[in-house]
Amino acid sequence: MLPRVAIVGIGFSSFRSITPDISFKEMMFEAATRAYEDAGVCPQQDIDGFVTCEEDFAHGRSIFSIHTPDNLGAVLKPIHTIPGDGIYGLAAGYMQISTGLMSIVAVESHSKASNMLTPNYLIAHALDPVYNKPLGYNPYFIAGMEMNRYLFETGTTKEQCALVAVKNKLNALLNPQAVYGERITADEVLGSEMMFYPLSRLDMSSPADGGIVMVLASEEKAKALTDKPIWIRGIGWCSDTPGLETREGGEAVYAHLAGDMAYKMADIKHPRKEIDFVEIDDTFSYKELQHLEALKLCRRGEAGALVEEGATQRDGEFPVNVSGGSLGVGHLVEATGLQRVLEVVLQLRGEAGKRQLSNVKVGLAQSWRGIPTNSGAAIILSRE
Amino acid sequence: MRKVAIVGAGMTKFVRRSLETGKELSWQAAKMALDSCQLTLDDVDCVVMGTAPDAFDMIHMKAEYLSDGAGAWRKPYMRGFVGGGTGVFVADQGWYHVASGLFDTCLVVAEEKMSCCLPHPQGAFITCWDQFTESPLGTSLLWFFAWEMNRYMNAHGITEREIALVAVKNKKNAMNHPCAQLAAEITVDDVLNSEIMAWPVKRLDVSPTSDGAVAIVLAAEHVAKRISDKPVWIEGVGWCLDTMYIGQRDLYYPRYVEYAARMAYNMAGIKEPSKEINIAEPYDPFDYKELHHMEGLLLCGKGEAARLTADGVTQRTGNLPTCPSGGALGVGNAIAATGLMKVAELFWQLRGEAGKRQVPGKPKKGVAQAWGDEMQVGTVIVLGV
Repeated sequence: MLPRVAIVGIGFSSFRSITPDISFKEMMFEAATRAYEDAGVCPQQDIDGFVTCEEDFAHGRSIFSIHTPDNLGAVLKPIHTIPGDGIYGLAAGYMQISTGLMSIVAVESHSKASNMLTPNYLIAHALDPVYNKPLGYNPYFIAGMEMNRYLFETGTTKEQCALVAVKNKLNALLNPQAVYGERITADEVLGSEMMFYPLSRLDMSSPADGGIVMVLASEEKAKALTDKPIWIRGIGWCSDTPGLETREGGEAVYAHLAGDMAYKMADIKHPRKEIDFVEIDDTFSYKELQHLEALKLCRRGEAGALVEEGATQRDGEFPVNVSGGSLGVGHLVEATGLQRVLEVVLQLRGEAGKRQLSNVKVGLAQSWRGIPTNSGAAIILSRE
Repeated sequence: MRKVAIVGAGMTKFVRRSLETGKELSWQAAKMALDSCQLTLDDVDCVVMGTAPDAFDMIHMKAEYLSDGAGAWRKPYMRGFVGGGTGVFVADQGWYHVASGLFDTCLVVAEEKMSCCLPHPQGAFITCWDQFTESPLGTSLLWFFAWEMNRYMNAHGITEREIALVAVKNKKNAMNHPCAQLAAEITVDDVLNSEIMAWPVKRLDVSPTSDGAVAIVLAAEHVAKRISDKPVWIEGVGWCLDTMYIGQRDLYYPRYVEYAARMAYNMAGIKEPSKEINIAEPYDPFDYKELHHMEGLLLCGKGEAARLTADGVTQRTGNLPTCPSGGALGVGNAIAATGLMKVAELFWQLRGEAGKRQVPGKPKKGVAQAWGDEMQVGTVIVLGV
């Protein structure tokens, strides 16, 4: 039996499209201060370990971990960086607490996406330097090719993908943190500029800045610290092949395997019945559908119809991305996963304001590390 | 707390410029480590990757690119990163993967390919500094080391000659390491007369830049006992970061290494490290760093490491063999891979499999340590049989 670990504190620095007035250090500090207050802990006295999640190139300086301890109150404490999505950081914190070595761990991730003036050139450096980078193409074409393959294999339509963008941007209107909330129609999505066929402008999420910190605690500490611990029931992460030439174009195998790992841990046999709502990656509109299928929340090829029927809307039978997702909130780079977890925690605590779902007990958050990667993580949280 | 053992290890040669890609280096090391304990990728539950700045080879999300080389295909795969301290940290990270109870086996791979960074990886290091307070100074990494070495010498009245003994010892130790890049029989005068890089740092005080990879296989107790009759137990882990502002640290003493070491010793139940530790593999990217780190690891008092070296205590046949592998100065310094090389060296030494490098007297406990970020992180692991 694995030990129980809970999220006992959350804090964030507001998500915005640009943040010229605040440095990443201040952003980390702001989110951390709020999270520590929420959890009722003092970083130097109470927190045993810290984990930060950031990639060097997205950060803009090499060896990101250099710049972390002071902003989090973690000077002369065990702290390390995971160059990966925030949910990986939660996994690291979860494991550290599970060993018994630590009782309270803080996990941080932030986005200063507005500093990346030419993200496509930056992402091109993530391509295989021998086989792919020399071709000199814009890496977003990978998403276009993948979407095309997904539509072809499953019979999903571009219209169904467009409805994901419509839904998420609408959901975002009720989220004060969301940057890209708006009321649009499927026709507007379909009619927007063709970027990387068949991906249109409005099928793609836009970047946003923001920082998030979460405090994890062992069962004993969690019960002492808060009346509303949100328990980590399952967590999983997985990397499929990094090669463009060797991957399944139409299927998100990483999400499938990460989900399976988390379900196994949480002892969930029928995800759709046992989970009340999900926050899953929608970096591109089709990704939400692909991930719904990979996570076994519906059968392959059925996600499009589910969206069409309205089942995944906020008031539907299975709400997906109530926060607004990356399409509505903005894409927070490596902090995207934590934004999803943040929403699940707020919903489970009953603190989601106008977008609060009723009677939710178990939620799932999932992330994908973006093109050109084939890696992602999933986490299942519950009130009990 | 679940017991975790190292059951296999492998490493590539450390070379100035490898023809293999980072993926290939990773796989060579991973394959050797798996073969050494007769496991295959099917037996591996998860993979941990250590590799230092992406700026070395200009590959964004470098670990994603290296993943299939490291054997992570369709497996839980996580990269840990604390700059130069990464090599030992990933062993700590692999430990928490297995000790948490989530996984029974873990393949830990550390890879570095510095030769892609032309004309010299110093170009990558200067992208580390704070862009407001440090970068404008136009410093290279060597200057930071020069400040620290000077401060260390001044604080304790240690001479360049005493420090040079470390380079002589480590390069000589490396003569017996089949993967070594810069093994040599040199004299103290050779070090003192070598070109001054940034006073008091001279060329032979410095480890080379290298390409290479190292891998180890970790297993939970019940698995380790099944697959290995000589498991080497991870008895303690520790890591710690000091403030990011170099001006707020007294460079004469690495207190962050002390904190990390105390964390690891506490876990291992070690009260008197100088008596209980049989072998030490402190990080030695510069010769004075070995002394600096021996003090941080509480293997001797502050300012005493130079005397121990002069007395021959740290020789392979001495009372406290230090860097019997040859260390970063002799084997080479493929940043992240070097830290894990030190862990692998302890593994071989404690199993009595270090060949010509074998420390006499059947050592029982060893400590390996890496250091990095901006002179601010200590990562420590204590192994025992």
